[in-house]
Amino acid sequence: MWKWLHPYANPEVSYHFAGKILPWLSALAALFLSIGLIWALAFAPADYQQGDSFRIFYIHVPAASLSMGIYLGMAIAAFTSLVWQFKLADASAAAMAPVGATFTAIALITGAAWGKPMWGTWWIWDARLTSELILLFLYLGVIALHNAFEDKNLAGKAAGILTLVGVINLPIIKYSVEWWNTLHQGSTVSKLGKPSMSVDMLWPFVFCFLGFIFLVSVFICIRFRSEILARNSIRPWVRTLVSEHIAQEKTNAV
Amino acid sequence: MSVANLSYRAVFALVLKRDLTIAMRHKDDIINPLLFFVIVVTLFPLGIGPEAQTLSRIAPGIIWVAALLSTLLSLDRLFKSDHVDGSLEQMLLSPQPVFILVLAKIVAHWLITGLPLILIAPLLAVLLHLNEQSYGALILTLLLGTPVLSLLGAIGVALTVGIKKGGVLLSLLVLPLYIPVLIFATSAIDTAALGLPYSGQLAIIAALFFGSLTLAPFAVGAALKVSTN
Repeated sequence: MWKWLHPYANPEVSYHFAGKILPWLSALAALFLSIGLIWALAFAPADYQQGDSFRIFYIHVPAASLSMGIYLGMAIAAFTSLVWQFKLADASAAAMAPVGATFTAIALITGAAWGKPMWGTWWIWDARLTSELILLFLYLGVIALHNAFEDKNLAGKAAGILTLVGVINLPIIKYSVEWWNTLHQGSTVSKLGKPSMSVDMLWPFVFCFLGFIFLVSVFICIRFRSEILARNSIRPWVRTLVSEHIAQEKTNAV
Repeated sequence: MSVANLSYRAVFALVLKRDLTIAMRHKDDIINPLLFFVIVVTLFPLGIGPEAQTLSRIAPGIIWVAALLSTLLSLDRLFKSDHVDGSLEQMLLSPQPVFILVLAKIVAHWLITGLPLILIAPLLAVLLHLNEQSYGALILTLLLGTPVLSLLGAIGVALTVGIKKGGVLLSLLVLPLYIPVLIFATSAIDTAALGLPYSGQLAIIAALFFGSLTLAPFAVGAALKVSTN
């Protein structure tokens, strides 16, 4: 049943597979994002309460959901790597961490930019904002631990353990922060609650969301490929790949 | 008797006794984090102002944050010296389960750093004009919470023990994990100050304690195997 999966345990096959799907993913990302963003930012109707500033949600919400989704993906990759000693899973977890951290930062920054006109302040110790900030710290911890080891295989294992510890703690942190917030200052800012979106606002959102998912896949694919190359730099197939590339550069230069 | 035949209890007692003996011979390892705790707490009234009302409002937070930081400071020696002289590797090679060894080391760490912290905390609470009704909650939360700090911290140390400049990295890894303990402990103390029951918060800290007691040693064992490689 799993036979189709076996070839991809070979780094070379995975490298070329990622290279093959990369242009498709890039095209899809460009298509969906250009349709979604133009529709959302220029044509979707303005919110009757928030005016045009609500449009930042078309970037903020996908970034925030993806920041959590990528962490989950990282945890699954780390688990796969630790349990089945599947080395490529390490490479994919390492590829995901900086992308996830960037999207967490985007979610925080766009949230702050939205908060300024809406709440009149850049930052509020709201439960969601706080747990997103802590998520950023967890990402940075994983990245820092990854960079601290010189041996990439050890780095992957250590970062994997930390990711799994983090994924167990994430719901605990999330709920404790929510409880802390309600205890300390009451529901002053939870008016965020899901407004049921009208259809002409929802469709551009769907396009944006899919576009961002494809964009993230593109970034992860690129980083995954370079992780594979870095980890296998002494293998003959990487060497021939590099020498072919250099030869091509030379003919291009001539 | 060969080491292989030792019962789990005997192994636990052996490692615990060894670590406590070593700690007793390096008394400054016990005293320095404690001094750090006292000094950090003293800095807050100097920075914020001596008004009793303000201080008693923020006392739980100050004491708990200082406790987190001084635990963090003391974590380093949990595995470091053993790693340097090679005894950690021997322990991992021994036929005994890593879980027991790690648990014994963590318990020793808590006895050396957590317990003195709890003993000196009421004194600092007096300095910060903590509400009189809150003392019980302070002690109980520290009693349940500081073991969690040792257990979670051990994961961080185990991951960074092989790295040369692990100190700053350790705080980055461990502090986000400490947040739930901090939140529920200070909230319990605040609730106690109002004269309300705080058993809910205590129950959650206890849950965190038992959760980390059962899971953390596994993570520590796996991390140590990566670090010693």
